[in-house]
Amino acid sequence: MLEVKDLHVTVEGKEILKGLSLTIQPGEVHAIMGPNGAGKSTLSAVIAGKDGYEVTSGTITFEGKDVLEMDIEERACAGLLLGFQYPVEIPGVKNIYLLKAALNAQRAARGEDEMPAPDFMKLVREKIKFMKMDSSFLQRAVNEGFSGGEKKRNEILQMLLLQPKLAMLDEIDSGLDIDAMKVVADGVNSLRDANRAILMVTHYQRLLDHIVPDVVHVLVDGRIVKTGGKELALELESRGYEWVLEESAA
Amino acid sequence: MASEEMEQLVRREYTQGFVTDIESDTMPPGLDENTIAFISKKKGEPEWMLEWRLKAYHQWLKMTSPSWAHLDYPPIDYQAISYYSAPKKDEDRPQSLDEVDPKLLETYEKLGIPLHERAALAGVAVDAVFDSVSVTTTFKDKLAEAGVIFCSISEAIRDYPELIKQYLGSVVPAADNYFAALNSAVFTDGSFVFVPEGVTCPMELSTYFRINAANTGQFERTLIICEKQAQVSYLEGCTAPQRDENQLHAAVVELVALEDAYIKYSTVQNWYPGDEDGKGGIYNFVTKRGDCRGDRSRISWTQVETGSAITWKYPSCVLRGRDSIGEFYSVAVTNGRQQADTGTKMIHIGEGTRSSIISKGISAGRSNQSYRGLVKIGPRAKGARNFTQCDSLLIGDQCGAHTFPYQEIGNSSATVEHEATTSKIGEDQLFYCQSRGISEEDAVSMIVNGFCKDVFQELPMEFAVEAEALLNVTLEGAVG
Repeated sequence: MLEVKDLHVTVEGKEILKGLSLTIQPGEVHAIMGPNGAGKSTLSAVIAGKDGYEVTSGTITFEGKDVLEMDIEERACAGLLLGFQYPVEIPGVKNIYLLKAALNAQRAARGEDEMPAPDFMKLVREKIKFMKMDSSFLQRAVNEGFSGGEKKRNEILQMLLLQPKLAMLDEIDSGLDIDAMKVVADGVNSLRDANRAILMVTHYQRLLDHIVPDVVHVLVDGRIVKTGGKELALELESRGYEWVLEESAA
Repeated sequence: MASEEMEQLVRREYTQGFVTDIESDTMPPGLDENTIAFISKKKGEPEWMLEWRLKAYHQWLKMTSPSWAHLDYPPIDYQAISYYSAPKKDEDRPQSLDEVDPKLLETYEKLGIPLHERAALAGVAVDAVFDSVSVTTTFKDKLAEAGVIFCSISEAIRDYPELIKQYLGSVVPAADNYFAALNSAVFTDGSFVFVPEGVTCPMELSTYFRINAANTGQFERTLIICEKQAQVSYLEGCTAPQRDENQLHAAVVELVALEDAYIKYSTVQNWYPGDEDGKGGIYNFVTKRGDCRGDRSRISWTQVETGSAITWKYPSCVLRGRDSIGEFYSVAVTNGRQQADTGTKMIHIGEGTRSSIISKGISAGRSNQSYRGLVKIGPRAKGARNFTQCDSLLIGDQCGAHTFPYQEIGNSSATVEHEATTSKIGEDQLFYCQSRGISEEDAVSMIVNGFCKDVFQELPMEFAVEAEALLNVTLEGAVG
């Protein structure tokens, strides 16, 4: 479904990704772990199309399409959705308005009509309940004055509504207490199905107790140096990253 | 000027008659006493009105064009302007929408303006398209029943001379400023509203209904009076881009609110801003002032300014009455080469007076925008309060936003708060919206409309919806 081949990316002249390759199949949950500054967040940002990241070589294809040729919104409409580590505030724009605009933009891209307002409201109410959020969230400005946990729930709420084919979650666990973590994890787990894939970037094993990955990658210095099953994450948790580096150097 | 001199002058004109043929519909360019006498005669005005105009003209001659605004434009040749042209006759107008510039029609379409209104706005001979008479009559009946007077200023001068004598120029005196003096001398059109004591005007009044075929005057004069406990909401302009061959517009608007009266004045201005280089756009030099004359009176200005090449405009409130309230809510958008110097003045005279100012400026393209606001609190204005918030949003890196707040506080018991922010439309905000599948253009409009929300919610419902659409059209192509 997603294929990243020998990807090299520079940011402000500095090479961050140095030949990263990754293949994700439908139904899989991948976790990317690694020390600070390894390029974890860069990967999901490049796939989503954020400005300021220069792809110097390599390819990204999603369902056979060249992702690097697509506009940001085209990528989203194709089913690539990024959940932000630090979602930005948009004053004066109601959350419900953003949700509706996003959903209808994606429907339009698929050639579908706008969702009728009552159907939309019903859908949103159902999802917001699932995320244990108060419905007053919908009337508040996007992310404005939200706590860290509320922002993250909101990101997952968008995922539940937009139903991406590949959900990319950038450090979705940062700043969450245990209860909020549980809710967020339940949200993500509810997205799991045979046709959808999930790519998580995280520092900590803790999240992976709640969202159990099929594949774990270790990203160090712009490359994936080790790939394994869920037990790899546990090993990283107890032994740190040093041994992986030594192993890959050997 | 001594009054004998004035009289002589007036008489001289009358005895010598006019150089210009009174039957003609347009005056040749130029401005002198003859021009003014011609206008006055054409309008069928009484002699006192002519005197009033001539007095203003002589004051204007002694004044110079203001240069303090943050605006850059070539000097205006006042002798090159034609000061009177009669409304176009129906047969000279386009006879149907087929004859109208398709680009204009395209914009109307985008703004969602109903078909029959498009014709009127584009200057199509009204009778050829729809019958406006019935609409007009129904609302005239309704107003008359309530005792509200709503007519053109020229009609008011003829039919209600006492009210005109009492109030015209009482808020904005002829000598107030250069453009007000010019307007006082040569105004040809505008509205008059009088709401008698205790009456709440049964409908929102709009220039749109009154002006035939939306042919706005170059020098408009508007006077609105609310007697004790009276209320009115007045809408000026419309969201559709208006064609106008006159480059210079210098309007004067005067509002008078007596005890417990409330006047809400909303403007949406969308005149031609000029081509990409700013050529041919309208210069809009406006003096708008409200006088809260009575205790507990309230005047509220709400404006959405998107058009004109140059805007020079400071709707103000003179808070004379005890506990009176002045409000100013503004969204100004500039794109291309537009320049706007706009803001407000809140003059606190009475005790316990309050004012709030919310100004949102959006600059895109290579435009330049300034907020200029004065809050003046007089020695008698005990316990006066002002709150000012002005925010600027920049789109791109070739535009400018400037803030010039002035405060003159003559009273230690006053509370004055000022908040100001300038932000660039966030790359991060755009990316966030786009990464949800929303196009860049829609994302910009969403962010900008969010930024303006505080002001839009002050607009009457219908206007607010139109204003949002207008903002989107104005900022089309501003990014990318």
